Amino acid sequence: MLDNEKIAGFIGKKILRLISLLVIVCFVSFMLIQYSPIDPVRAYIGEMPVSAEHKAKLEEYWGVNTPPQEKFLNWAGDALKGNFGISLIYRIPVTDVIKERFTASLALMAASWLFSGILGFILGIVAGMKKGTWIDKAIKTYCYVLAATPTFWLALILLMVFSVYLGWFPIGLSVPIGVTAENVTFLDWFLRLILPALTLSLLGVAQIALFTREKLIEVLSSDYVLFAKARGEKGLDLVLRHGIRNVALPAITLQFLGFSELFGGTVLVEQVFSYPGIGQAAVAAGLRSDVPLLLGIVIVSACFVFFGNAIADLIYQFVDPRIKQQEASI
Amino acid sequence: MSTAVVTVNKGVFSGFNLRQKTLLIIGFTSLLLLAIVISSVSFGEESLHTNFGSKNLNPSPEHPFGTDWMGRDMFIRTLEGLGSSILIGAFASTISTILAIVLGLLSSAGKIADSFISWLVDLFLSIPHLLLIILISIGFGGGATGVIIGVALTHWTGLTRVVRAEIKQLKTQEYIHISRNLGKSKWWIATKHILPHLIPQILLGTILMFPHAILHEASATFLGFGLSPHEPAIGIILSESMKYLSAGYWWLAFFPGLSLLIVVLAFDMIGENLGKLMDPKNAHE
Repeated sequence: MLDNEKIAGFIGKKILRLISLLVIVCFVSFMLIQYSPIDPVRAYIGEMPVSAEHKAKLEEYWGVNTPPQEKFLNWAGDALKGNFGISLIYRIPVTDVIKERFTASLALMAASWLFSGILGFILGIVAGMKKGTWIDKAIKTYCYVLAATPTFWLALILLMVFSVYLGWFPIGLSVPIGVTAENVTFLDWFLRLILPALTLSLLGVAQIALFTREKLIEVLSSDYVLFAKARGEKGLDLVLRHGIRNVALPAITLQFLGFSELFGGTVLVEQVFSYPGIGQAAVAAGLRSDVPLLLGIVIVSACFVFFGNAIADLIYQFVDPRIKQQEASI
Repeated sequence: MSTAVVTVNKGVFSGFNLRQKTLLIIGFTSLLLLAIVISSVSFGEESLHTNFGSKNLNPSPEHPFGTDWMGRDMFIRTLEGLGSSILIGAFASTISTILAIVLGLLSSAGKIADSFISWLVDLFLSIPHLLLIILISIGFGGGATGVIIGVALTHWTGLTRVVRAEIKQLKTQEYIHISRNLGKSKWWIATKHILPHLIPQILLGTILMFPHAILHEASATFLGFGLSPHEPAIGIILSESMKYLSAGYWWLAFFPGLSLLIVVLAFDMIGENLGKLMDPKNAHE
């Protein structure tokens, strides 16, 4: 009973926190963009020569000359009603752009999140168990190298190897040219998902594997494991009974805390593979000063990250009994 | 007297073989990074002259990384890019470390300060890092300055959390309780019991921040937010190379990226080995 009440309180607090966070995030990012010395119209036009009247028209369309406070209030008022404005570069409502793009990205992120988590955990356990052997060294080296690898470079290399040389996958463009959205087969879509997901998975493995390894070694050098060893437990049995139990929770927590990194990786990977996800939209919006779209994406990504963190917190606070005990002792 | 010193040194040498090895690794990698920075600074404008007679050449002894579409030597371009990356990384990590120490210490000052700091950390962590850098860089006018400020202002959160958590955790330790019960002052406990645990963490944190800062700068530049196309940067080189991928000019992307990887690895190695040196628990291994 008490636990249920506690969880309800926890969720309530989290929701309040999310709201306050979103308000601040909206305000700060709006003002950051607003007071940016970059001229949005210039950024949009690029190098094209335009007449003064045309520019004035564009400025009006952009709302350059409205005072910032008024603009923020207008925008915030609309945003509360669920209207984030019209994307300047896609010419459709921001919510539609985000819905479509985020779904595509979510598939990519979910695939690589799961895959990298499971693979990373297994690699970490193996490395930790065999500490000091060549397997451990190989896994460690792999992880160190991957952790240092620029995401976009790995993506480029995979693209070169699998798309350009082997020709297994298409280069760029999410769907074949000339095929309408309804006619895209699952296979078409799936083929285009593989390489980006593979890139993200390969990179995501490093952190979780190293963390798991460290944790397991720490656990294995603890007194209670020494005692268990003295009782005659050894090998996989020992690791399963005393190791994994202690390592799994922090590892899962870490994986949930990785939503932000995941999102960042997605932005880069989508750019390389021209996968039409939210990351690509964010870059386009940023480069071409599509303020409504950029703000919308910032908000969505903030919610996404918050969700991951909230789950991690939930695990941390309610599932791990040691934390409870520590709190009780304070 | 001098013989005694020698024997002590001998003892040290044989007893701390790993230590010496670790120091050697740190020395070598630092030297490598230093060499990159110095050579990149000392290259003049003329070393990157365009030469359309030798454009898009395969890697060869003359051009170890090949040449690009304007006949520029990719090896020199890469070196220059790495140099600027390291310098930007150094600047950003320094700023971020200072922020982290100040905020981390502040958080232990009181309840209100603590919740404010953790709120601030949450705020910065609430937006994906890369997106935040993009936002800040736009806010500061984009270009090189924008990205540098963006990278410098966003890397303190991790270390702040570490410092804060470490202090919190240390405070619950029994020896701290005992120390407090023995009547030691807060200041005494902070300097004698807590600070010694923090210094290695902070040092390590700074060095480990480096690779992140470098990678983030390169990423933002790759996406088109950072340095302008004529400035030397790995991100620029790689985003340019994308246009030539299907033409099969693999060296345009391969070597510069690999070099960046090696630089980042070098920093990781320095951090890792310093950590080994400073952690007395593992000294016997």
